[in-house]
Amino acid sequence: MSKPKSILDKQQIQIIINRLCQQLVENHDDFSNTILIGLQPRGVQLCQRIKAYLKSINSKFELKIGSLDITFYRDDFRRREDPLIASSTSLDVSLEGKKVVVIDDVLYTGRSVRASLDALLDYGRPLSIELLVLIDRRLSRHVPIQPDYVGCTIDVVADERVSVEWGDNERVILKSE
Amino acid sequence: MSTLSVKHLLGIKNLQKEDIDLIFKTADNFKEVINRPIRKVPSLRDITIANLFFENSTRTRLSFELAEKRLSADTLNFSAASSSVKKGETLIDTVNNILAMKVDMIVMRHPDAGASTFLANHVDVPIVNAGDGTHEHPTQALLDAYSIREKYGDVNGKKVVIIGDILHSRVALSNIFCLKMLGAEVKVCGPSTLMPKYIESLGVGYEPYLMTALEWCDVANMLRIQLERQDTKFFPSLKEYSMMYGLNKKRLDSLSKQITVMHPGPINRGVEITSDVADSKQAIILDQVENGVAIRMAVLYLLANSIKK
Repeated sequence: MSKPKSILDKQQIQIIINRLCQQLVENHDDFSNTILIGLQPRGVQLCQRIKAYLKSINSKFELKIGSLDITFYRDDFRRREDPLIASSTSLDVSLEGKKVVVIDDVLYTGRSVRASLDALLDYGRPLSIELLVLIDRRLSRHVPIQPDYVGCTIDVVADERVSVEWGDNERVILKSE
Repeated sequence: MSTLSVKHLLGIKNLQKEDIDLIFKTADNFKEVINRPIRKVPSLRDITIANLFFENSTRTRLSFELAEKRLSADTLNFSAASSSVKKGETLIDTVNNILAMKVDMIVMRHPDAGASTFLANHVDVPIVNAGDGTHEHPTQALLDAYSIREKYGDVNGKKVVIIGDILHSRVALSNIFCLKMLGAEVKVCGPSTLMPKYIESLGVGYEPYLMTALEWCDVANMLRIQLERQDTKFFPSLKEYSMMYGLNKKRLDSLSKQITVMHPGPINRGVEITSDVADSKQAIILDQVENGVAIRMAVLYLLANSIKK
């Protein structure tokens, strides 16, 4: 495996998150009818970062967030060597009539997002569902799914892996497998 | 550990602690699923499961069937009373005929100890033991331990006494294996005639007196007297058994601490447990039933992982 290549550093990620938040504000007013849902495991971190920044823009925003685990809805169960282990789902509000923003770190084949649509509908009938991603791996979709809010669009070959690392040493890297 | 170390669930004895931890962790997720508006996930939608019950059952059969339906599996129900078993068909022939109809997994209850192990040696699909004679009832033990974990946060270090007909109980044996593996202290209590001869070799203590056992424990698991499995008299009368080993409110209230009361069902009210105890806040009997569905969903989900299509 060659050395990972850095795509975004900590400061660039923060600038992108700030822009994504401003775009959300344009479409969601005071967020009173909106729920931000991070996909387990890595979308949850981004969701929390977005919540924190939105709060700093306007402390009166009525922000509601949740996390969704899609393990039991995936279409590759029993088709891969390593079994799928579930994470927890935390959605303590009904999605009936709400504007939902699904948040994930990387959009690749689109299969996780497709599974998340199935999972979300089990919690009620939302008014609308939008998709926000930090990284959009263009030209690699297996299903017709496109994001509404995109942090950064990149083109990479199939055997390369885009990975978002959170924490002190925050960055987006490209690894070849 | 992200996968079970076994292909079948034949008994707790075949499992490792990591397997139980994985089943509990998965059951946590399924418990969330069965408590939301749409209590169903599509995970096993291309799997067919046959429930073979060669012995009567209400709770376990319904619980397995519900778990399968919550996972979107197709189910096939078979009960020996209305089948060709009555015409002399052997177990393997019956099962092979069912498998020829493209069934992917089998849940079986059988009156003979070892029946599920025998089957696992002869057929190629995952087998879940839903009770085999007086041997094991692994999913009951898992849901009992899971209920203790839910109540106390951890099973490790808890003191559990199993009271009643230990000799004829598959629930007792599976519970002992499971609780010991998870680090609980276990005692058994009941008439000495209903104790297996070498019970202490399993690392459990025997306490002949009910009140001493209750004072010692955090959790009391009350078992039914299995009259259908008793061919001789093990004690003079049910009334006398009830006087010596029945749990009533007066006995429960006289203890120096609040203990938790469990029962795997079916309850014989007035024999091993009185109604006021069974319906009290200290009893978690209905929680056990709810947890049973989540545990069985977890077991089926994890075992289905080995079925490749």
